[in-house]
Amino acid sequence: MKGPATGVGSAGPLPVPAPVASGKRIGPLLPANSDRLLLPGIATLVFLLLSVQTAFAHVQNGEAAGFLSGFRHPISGLDHVLAMVAVGLWGAQLGAPAIWLLPVTFPMVMAVGGMLALMGVGLPGIEYGIAASAILLGAAVMFEVRPPLVVAATLVGGFAIFHGHAHGTELPPGQSPLLYSMGFVMATGCLHAAGIGIGTVHRWAWGKKLLRLAGAVVTGGGVFFLWKALA
Amino acid sequence: MKGLATSRLPIYALGGLAVAMFPAPAEAHLNSTGMGPIYDGLMHFFLSPEDLVPVLALALWTGLRGASYGRRALFVLPSTWLLGGLLGSTASATNGSAVLSSIWFLLLGGLLAADAQLSLRVITALAALVGMCHGYVNGTGMGPPGAATVALLGLVLAVFVLVAIAAAFVVRLRAEWARIAVRVAGSWIAASGLLLLGWAARRG
Repeated sequence: MKGPATGVGSAGPLPVPAPVASGKRIGPLLPANSDRLLLPGIATLVFLLLSVQTAFAHVQNGEAAGFLSGFRHPISGLDHVLAMVAVGLWGAQLGAPAIWLLPVTFPMVMAVGGMLALMGVGLPGIEYGIAASAILLGAAVMFEVRPPLVVAATLVGGFAIFHGHAHGTELPPGQSPLLYSMGFVMATGCLHAAGIGIGTVHRWAWGKKLLRLAGAVVTGGGVFFLWKALA
Repeated sequence: MKGLATSRLPIYALGGLAVAMFPAPAEAHLNSTGMGPIYDGLMHFFLSPEDLVPVLALALWTGLRGASYGRRALFVLPSTWLLGGLLGSTASATNGSAVLSSIWFLLLGGLLAADAQLSLRVITALAALVGMCHGYVNGTGMGPPGAATVALLGLVLAVFVLVAIAAAFVVRLRAEWARIAVRVAGSWIAASGLLLLGWAARRG
Protein backbone atom coordinates (compact mmCIF):
# COMPACT_ATOMS: atom_id res chain seq x y z
CA MET A 1 0.00 0.00 0.00
CA LYS A 2 1.38 3.34 -0.92
CA GLY A 3 0.46 6.54 0.86
CA PRO A 4 0.19 9.99 -0.71
CA ALA A 5 3.39 11.85 -1.51
CA THR A 6 4.46 14.16 1.33
CA GLY A 7 7.70 15.67 0.17
CA VAL A 8 9.37 14.88 3.49
CA GLY A 9 10.61 11.41 2.70
CA SER A 10 9.09 8.03 3.19
CA ALA A 11 10.47 7.47 6.72
CA GLY A 12 8.54 10.29 8.39
CA PRO A 13 4.93 10.15 9.55
CA LEU A 14 2.38 11.31 7.08
CA PRO A 15 0.21 14.39 7.66
CA VAL A 16 -3.39 13.80 8.55
CA PRO A 17 -5.73 15.55 6.12
CA ALA A 18 -7.65 18.36 7.75
CA PRO A 19 -11.36 17.73 8.09
CA VAL A 20 -13.71 19.73 5.97
CA ALA A 21 -16.89 21.07 7.52
CA SER A 22 -19.52 23.15 5.76
CA GLY A 23 -17.19 23.65 2.85
CA LYS A 24 -14.59 25.37 5.07
CA ARG A 25 -11.23 23.72 5.70
CA ILE A 26 -10.49 23.30 9.39
CA GLY A 27 -6.83 23.02 10.42
CA PRO A 28 -5.65 20.09 12.57
CA LEU A 29 -5.43 20.70 16.31
CA LEU A 30 -1.80 19.57 16.38
CA PRO A 31 0.90 20.48 13.88
CA ALA A 32 1.49 17.97 11.11
CA ASN A 33 4.81 16.90 12.62
CA SER A 34 3.38 16.38 16.12
CA ASP A 35 4.29 12.68 15.99
CA ARG A 36 7.91 13.66 15.57
CA LEU A 37 7.74 15.95 18.58
CA LEU A 38 6.00 13.35 20.72
CA LEU A 39 8.91 10.95 21.04
CA PRO A 40 11.52 13.54 22.04
CA GLY A 41 8.91 14.93 24.42
CA ILE A 42 8.38 11.56 26.10
CA ALA A 43 12.13 10.99 26.22
CA THR A 44 12.67 14.40 27.87
CA LEU A 45 9.92 13.73 30.39
CA VAL A 46 11.38 10.35 31.31
CA PHE A 47 14.83 11.91 31.59
CA LEU A 48 13.53 14.64 33.89
CA LEU A 49 11.70 12.08 36.03
CA LEU A 50 14.90 10.11 36.40
CA SER A 51 17.05 13.15 37.20
CA VAL A 52 16.30 13.45 40.89
CA GLN A 53 17.29 16.76 42.42
CA THR A 54 18.14 17.57 46.00
CA ALA A 55 15.08 18.95 47.75
CA PHE A 56 16.62 21.92 49.66
CA ALA A 57 13.56 21.77 51.85
CA HIS A 58 15.25 23.29 54.86
CA VAL A 59 15.81 26.96 54.19
CA GLN A 60 17.41 28.98 56.92
CA ASN A 61 15.11 30.10 59.67
CA GLY A 62 12.64 32.67 58.47
CA GLU A 63 14.37 33.46 55.18
CA ALA A 64 11.52 32.89 52.74
CA ALA A 65 8.98 34.41 55.07
CA GLY A 66 11.25 37.37 55.79
CA PHE A 67 11.45 38.41 52.17
CA LEU A 68 7.74 37.98 51.57
CA SER A 69 6.83 39.86 54.76
CA GLY A 70 9.04 42.72 53.70
CA PHE A 71 7.70 42.68 50.16
CA ARG A 72 4.10 42.65 51.31
CA HIS A 73 4.57 45.46 53.80
CA PRO A 74 4.61 48.53 51.50
CA ILE A 75 1.81 47.18 49.32
CA SER A 76 -0.45 46.31 52.24
CA GLY A 77 -1.32 49.92 53.10
CA LEU A 78 -3.22 52.01 50.57
CA ASP A 79 -1.80 55.27 51.91
CA HIS A 80 1.73 54.08 51.16
CA VAL A 81 0.75 52.67 47.78
CA LEU A 82 -0.85 55.95 46.68
CA ALA A 83 2.18 58.03 47.63
CA MET A 84 4.71 55.67 46.05
CA VAL A 85 2.80 55.33 42.81
CA ALA A 86 2.43 59.12 42.76
CA VAL A 87 6.23 59.45 42.90
CA GLY A 88 6.47 57.36 39.73
CA LEU A 89 3.65 59.30 38.06
CA TRP A 90 5.29 62.62 38.84
CA GLY A 91 8.67 61.40 37.65
CA ALA A 92 7.11 60.29 34.36
CA GLN A 93 5.45 63.70 33.98
CA LEU A 94 8.69 65.56 34.65
CA GLY A 95 10.77 63.35 32.35
CA ALA A 96 14.52 62.74 32.54
CA PRO A 97 16.37 62.96 34.85
CA ALA A 98 13.53 63.18 37.39
CA ILE A 99 11.98 59.98 36.04
CA TRP A 100 14.79 57.95 37.58
CA LEU A 101 16.14 60.36 40.18
CA LEU A 102 12.91 60.59 42.19
CA PRO A 103 12.39 56.80 42.41
CA VAL A 104 16.03 56.45 43.50
CA THR A 105 15.70 59.19 46.10
CA PHE A 106 12.58 57.77 47.69
CA PRO A 107 13.87 54.28 48.70
CA MET A 108 17.21 55.67 49.84
CA VAL A 109 15.70 58.32 52.12
CA MET A 110 12.95 55.93 53.17
CA ALA A 111 15.67 53.56 54.37
CA VAL A 112 17.14 56.42 56.40
CA GLY A 113 13.72 56.89 58.00
CA GLY A 114 13.52 53.17 58.72
CA MET A 115 17.00 53.21 60.20
CA LEU A 116 16.12 56.14 62.46
CA ALA A 117 13.06 54.24 63.70
CA LEU A 118 15.13 51.14 64.37
CA MET A 119 17.64 53.19 66.32
CA GLY A 120 14.84 54.54 68.46
CA VAL A 121 14.83 58.09 67.09
CA GLY A 122 11.25 59.32 67.30
CA LEU A 123 9.43 61.31 64.65
CA PRO A 124 6.23 63.18 65.46
CA GLY A 125 3.14 63.21 63.26
CA ILE A 126 4.02 60.23 61.11
CA GLU A 127 0.45 59.50 60.03
CA TYR A 128 -0.10 63.16 59.12
CA GLY A 129 3.14 63.17 57.15
CA ILE A 130 2.11 60.10 55.17
CA ALA A 131 -1.32 61.54 54.40
CA ALA A 132 0.25 64.88 53.46
CA SER A 133 2.63 63.07 51.10
CA ALA A 134 -0.29 61.61 49.18
CA ILE A 135 -2.05 64.99 49.09
CA LEU A 136 0.94 67.01 47.90
CA LEU A 137 2.41 64.45 45.50
CA GLY A 138 -1.05 63.84 44.04
CA ALA A 139 -1.55 67.60 43.70
CA ALA A 140 1.82 67.90 41.96
CA VAL A 141 0.65 65.34 39.40
CA MET A 142 -2.81 66.86 39.13
CA PHE A 143 -1.51 70.38 38.40
CA GLU A 144 1.56 69.10 36.53
CA VAL A 145 3.83 71.14 38.76
CA ARG A 146 7.38 71.46 37.38
CA PRO A 147 9.68 72.70 40.14
CA PRO A 148 13.50 72.56 39.90
CA LEU A 149 14.84 69.04 40.27
CA VAL A 150 16.36 69.74 43.68
CA VAL A 151 13.02 70.94 45.03
CA ALA A 152 11.20 67.87 43.66
CA ALA A 153 13.82 65.50 45.09
CA THR A 154 13.75 67.26 48.46
CA LEU A 155 9.96 67.07 48.62
CA VAL A 156 9.94 63.37 47.72
CA GLY A 157 12.82 62.62 50.09
CA GLY A 158 11.22 64.52 52.95
CA PHE A 159 8.05 62.48 52.72
CA ALA A 160 9.99 59.25 52.28
CA ILE A 161 11.30 59.62 55.84
CA PHE A 162 7.76 59.34 57.20
CA HIS A 163 7.03 56.23 55.16
CA GLY A 164 10.30 54.58 56.16
CA HIS A 165 9.83 55.43 59.82
CA ALA A 166 6.32 53.98 59.82
CA HIS A 167 7.46 50.68 58.31
CA GLY A 168 10.90 50.34 59.76
CA THR A 169 10.21 48.67 63.05
CA GLU A 170 7.68 46.09 62.03
CA LEU A 171 9.81 42.98 61.44
CA PRO A 172 7.84 39.88 62.49
CA PRO A 173 9.76 37.82 65.05
CA GLY A 174 12.04 35.03 63.81
CA GLN A 175 12.55 36.42 60.33
CA SER A 176 15.68 37.56 58.55
CA PRO A 177 16.15 41.35 58.86
CA LEU A 178 18.23 41.44 55.69
CA LEU A 179 15.66 39.68 53.53
CA TYR A 180 12.85 41.66 55.10
CA SER A 181 14.70 44.86 54.24
CA MET A 182 15.39 43.72 50.69
CA GLY A 183 11.76 42.75 50.12
CA PHE A 184 10.62 46.03 51.61
CA VAL A 185 12.86 48.12 49.35
CA MET A 186 12.12 46.07 46.25
CA ALA A 187 8.36 46.38 46.74
CA THR A 188 8.75 50.14 47.11
CA GLY A 189 10.78 50.26 43.91
CA CYS A 190 8.18 48.15 42.10
CA LEU A 191 5.44 50.59 43.15
CA HIS A 192 7.48 53.44 41.70
CA ALA A 193 8.01 51.41 38.55
CA ALA A 194 4.25 50.84 38.33
CA GLY A 195 3.76 54.60 38.60
CA ILE A 196 6.32 55.22 35.87
CA GLY A 197 4.68 52.57 33.71
CA ILE A 198 1.28 54.22 34.09
CA GLY A 199 2.93 57.59 33.54
CA THR A 200 4.13 56.63 30.08
CA VAL A 201 0.68 57.57 28.81
CA HIS A 202 1.85 61.15 29.25
CA ARG A 203 3.04 61.22 25.64
CA TRP A 204 -0.55 61.34 24.41
CA ALA A 205 -2.99 64.21 24.95
CA TRP A 206 -5.60 61.93 26.48
CA GLY A 207 -2.86 60.38 28.61
CA LYS A 208 -1.96 63.76 30.09
CA LYS A 209 -5.56 64.24 31.15
CA LEU A 210 -5.66 60.71 32.55
CA LEU A 211 -2.53 61.34 34.58
CA ARG A 212 -3.96 64.52 36.04
CA LEU A 213 -7.07 62.58 36.95
CA ALA A 214 -4.89 59.95 38.64
CA GLY A 215 -3.22 62.76 40.58
CA ALA A 216 -6.63 63.95 41.72
CA VAL A 217 -7.48 60.42 42.89
CA VAL A 218 -4.23 60.26 44.88
CA THR A 219 -4.95 63.64 46.44
CA GLY A 220 -8.47 62.51 47.33
CA GLY A 221 -7.04 59.41 48.97
CA GLY A 222 -4.59 61.55 50.91
CA VAL A 223 -7.40 63.78 52.17
CA PHE A 224 -9.30 60.69 53.30
CA PHE A 225 -6.29 59.35 55.22
CA LEU A 226 -5.62 62.75 56.78
CA TRP A 227 -9.23 62.90 57.90
CA LYS A 228 -8.86 59.43 59.39
CA ALA A 229 -5.66 60.43 61.18
CA LEU A 230 -7.30 63.54 62.62
CA ALA A 231 -10.47 61.73 63.67
CA MET B 1 3.99 3.68 5.69
CA LYS B 2 1.94 5.69 8.15
CA GLY B 3 1.11 2.71 10.33
CA LEU B 4 4.77 1.80 10.72
CA ALA B 5 5.77 5.15 12.26
CA THR B 6 2.90 5.23 14.73
CA SER B 7 3.25 1.55 15.60
CA ARG B 8 6.71 2.23 17.05
CA LEU B 9 5.23 4.54 19.68
CA PRO B 10 4.12 1.78 22.11
CA ILE B 11 7.57 0.22 21.81
CA TYR B 12 9.26 3.48 22.75
CA ALA B 13 6.77 4.05 25.55
CA LEU B 14 7.37 0.52 26.84
CA GLY B 15 11.12 1.08 26.70
CA GLY B 16 10.78 4.35 28.59
CA LEU B 17 8.57 2.69 31.18
CA ALA B 18 11.07 -0.13 31.62
CA VAL B 19 13.87 2.38 32.20
CA ALA B 20 11.70 4.30 34.66
CA MET B 21 10.98 1.08 36.56
CA PHE B 22 14.66 0.54 37.29
CA PRO B 23 15.96 3.91 38.47
CA ALA B 24 19.51 4.39 39.62
CA PRO B 25 20.03 5.55 43.20
CA ALA B 26 19.00 9.18 43.46
CA GLU B 27 22.14 10.24 45.36
CA ALA B 28 20.32 13.31 46.50
CA HIS B 29 22.80 13.95 49.27
CA LEU B 30 25.84 13.18 47.14
CA ASN B 31 27.72 11.34 49.88
CA SER B 32 28.64 8.51 47.58
CA THR B 33 29.69 10.67 44.65
CA GLY B 34 32.00 12.95 46.62
CA MET B 35 30.39 15.94 44.89
CA GLY B 36 28.46 16.93 47.99
CA PRO B 37 30.87 19.56 49.33
CA ILE B 38 31.12 21.22 45.91
CA TYR B 39 27.37 21.68 45.79
CA ASP B 40 27.28 22.64 49.46
CA GLY B 41 29.66 25.48 48.76
CA LEU B 42 27.87 26.47 45.59
CA MET B 43 24.45 26.51 47.20
CA HIS B 44 25.78 28.22 50.31
CA PHE B 45 26.71 31.18 48.16
CA PHE B 46 23.46 31.32 46.24
CA LEU B 47 21.39 30.98 49.43
CA SER B 48 23.33 33.60 51.43
CA PRO B 49 22.17 37.08 50.43
CA GLU B 50 24.86 38.68 52.58
CA ASP B 51 27.43 37.13 50.21
CA LEU B 52 25.43 37.07 47.00
CA VAL B 53 24.20 40.67 46.88
CA PRO B 54 27.55 42.47 47.38
CA VAL B 55 29.09 40.26 44.69
CA LEU B 56 26.19 41.03 42.37
CA ALA B 57 26.61 44.76 43.06
CA LEU B 58 30.34 44.60 42.36
CA ALA B 59 29.78 42.63 39.16
CA LEU B 60 27.12 45.05 37.90
CA TRP B 61 29.25 48.05 38.76
CA THR B 62 32.39 46.73 37.05
CA GLY B 63 30.24 45.75 34.08
CA LEU B 64 28.97 49.32 33.86
CA ARG B 65 32.53 50.61 33.93
CA GLY B 66 33.56 48.43 30.99
CA ALA B 67 34.88 45.04 29.91
CA SER B 68 38.39 45.49 31.32
CA TYR B 69 36.98 46.29 34.75
CA GLY B 70 34.64 43.33 34.60
CA ARG B 71 37.48 41.02 33.64
CA ARG B 72 39.57 42.27 36.53
CA ALA B 73 36.79 41.61 39.02
CA LEU B 74 36.13 38.23 37.42
CA PHE B 75 39.57 36.95 38.34
CA VAL B 76 40.50 39.00 41.40
CA LEU B 77 37.32 38.41 43.39
CA PRO B 78 37.20 34.58 43.24
CA SER B 79 40.95 34.18 43.76
CA THR B 80 41.01 36.42 46.83
CA TRP B 81 37.82 34.76 48.07
CA LEU B 82 39.61 31.41 47.89
CA LEU B 83 42.66 32.82 49.65
CA GLY B 84 40.54 34.37 52.39
CA GLY B 85 38.58 31.14 52.76
CA LEU B 86 41.72 29.07 53.15
CA LEU B 87 42.99 31.49 55.79
CA GLY B 88 39.63 31.41 57.52
CA SER B 89 39.47 27.62 57.58
CA THR B 90 42.47 27.58 59.93
CA ALA B 91 40.85 30.07 62.33
CA SER B 92 38.13 29.52 64.89
CA ALA B 93 34.53 29.90 63.76
CA THR B 94 33.10 33.40 63.67
CA ASN B 95 29.70 34.65 62.60
CA GLY B 96 29.50 37.31 59.95
CA SER B 97 28.80 40.72 61.39
CA ALA B 98 25.55 42.38 60.36
CA VAL B 99 27.28 45.76 60.52
CA LEU B 100 29.98 44.58 58.12
CA SER B 101 27.37 43.16 55.74
CA SER B 102 25.43 46.41 55.82
CA ILE B 103 28.59 48.38 55.08
CA TRP B 104 29.28 46.24 52.01
CA PHE B 105 25.69 46.70 50.85
CA LEU B 106 25.93 50.45 51.35
CA LEU B 107 29.35 50.85 49.77
CA LEU B 108 28.93 48.62 46.72
CA GLY B 109 25.29 49.53 46.18
CA GLY B 110 26.18 53.22 46.47
CA LEU B 111 29.08 52.89 44.02
CA LEU B 112 26.80 51.11 41.58
CA ALA B 113 24.01 53.67 41.97
CA ALA B 114 26.46 56.52 41.44
CA ASP B 115 28.26 54.67 38.62
CA ALA B 116 31.43 55.84 40.38
CA GLN B 117 34.26 56.44 37.94
CA LEU B 118 37.06 54.89 39.98
CA SER B 119 40.34 53.71 38.52
CA LEU B 120 41.13 50.11 37.67
CA ARG B 121 43.59 49.93 40.56
CA VAL B 122 41.02 51.06 43.11
CA ILE B 123 38.46 48.63 41.75
CA THR B 124 41.02 45.83 41.89
CA ALA B 125 41.83 46.67 45.51
CA LEU B 126 38.16 46.84 46.39
CA ALA B 127 37.41 43.49 44.73
CA ALA B 128 40.32 41.94 46.61
CA LEU B 129 39.06 43.36 49.88
CA VAL B 130 35.54 42.05 49.28
CA GLY B 131 36.93 38.64 48.39
CA MET B 132 39.23 38.43 51.38
CA CYS B 133 36.60 39.57 53.89
CA HIS B 134 33.79 37.35 52.67
CA GLY B 135 36.09 34.41 51.98
CA TYR B 136 37.54 34.61 55.47
CA VAL B 137 34.12 34.63 57.13
CA ASN B 138 32.99 31.74 54.89
CA GLY B 139 36.17 29.80 55.64
CA THR B 140 35.74 30.02 59.40
CA GLY B 141 32.30 28.46 59.18
CA MET B 142 33.15 25.56 56.90
CA GLY B 143 34.61 23.17 59.41
CA PRO B 144 37.93 21.35 59.26
CA PRO B 145 40.18 21.62 56.18
CA GLY B 146 39.60 18.88 53.63
CA ALA B 147 35.92 18.84 52.87
CA ALA B 148 35.92 22.56 53.66
CA THR B 149 38.43 23.21 50.90
CA VAL B 150 36.26 21.37 48.38
CA ALA B 151 33.21 23.33 49.55
CA LEU B 152 35.21 26.51 49.21
CA LEU B 153 36.04 25.59 45.64
CA GLY B 154 32.34 25.18 44.89
CA LEU B 155 31.65 28.53 46.48
CA VAL B 156 34.42 30.26 44.52
CA LEU B 157 33.12 28.66 41.35
CA ALA B 158 29.69 30.15 42.07
CA VAL B 159 31.28 33.58 42.62
CA PHE B 160 33.11 33.28 39.31
CA VAL B 161 29.98 32.28 37.42
CA LEU B 162 27.87 35.06 38.92
CA VAL B 163 30.46 37.75 38.20
CA ALA B 164 30.95 36.44 34.66
CA ILE B 165 27.23 36.43 33.87
CA ALA B 166 26.28 39.68 35.60
CA ALA B 167 29.25 41.74 34.37
CA ALA B 168 28.95 40.40 30.81
CA PHE B 169 25.23 41.17 30.83
CA VAL B 170 25.83 44.78 31.80
CA VAL B 171 28.86 45.36 29.54
CA ARG B 172 26.73 44.86 26.46
CA LEU B 173 23.98 47.23 27.59
CA ARG B 174 23.94 50.33 25.43
CA ALA B 175 20.45 51.75 25.96
CA GLU B 176 20.52 54.57 28.49
CA TRP B 177 17.38 53.40 30.28
CA ALA B 178 18.85 49.92 30.74
CA ARG B 179 22.02 51.30 32.31
CA ILE B 180 19.91 53.50 34.58
CA ALA B 181 17.84 50.48 35.60
CA VAL B 182 21.06 48.76 36.71
CA ARG B 183 21.97 51.83 38.75
CA VAL B 184 18.50 51.86 40.32
CA ALA B 185 19.18 48.28 41.44
CA GLY B 186 22.30 49.65 43.13
CA SER B 187 20.22 52.19 45.01
CA TRP B 188 17.97 49.38 46.23
CA ILE B 189 20.99 47.46 47.49
CA ALA B 190 22.30 50.54 49.29
CA ALA B 191 18.87 51.19 50.81
CA SER B 192 18.70 47.59 52.05
CA GLY B 193 22.13 48.14 53.60
CA LEU B 194 20.87 51.21 55.45
CA LEU B 195 17.95 49.28 56.88
CA LEU B 196 20.22 46.39 57.84
CA LEU B 197 22.46 48.87 59.64
CA GLY B 198 19.42 50.00 61.60
CA TRP B 199 18.59 46.40 62.54
CA ALA B 200 22.18 45.86 63.65
CA ALA B 201 22.08 49.03 65.76
CA ARG B 202 18.79 47.94 67.29
CA ARG B 203 20.18 44.55 68.28
CA GLY B 204 23.12 46.33 69.86
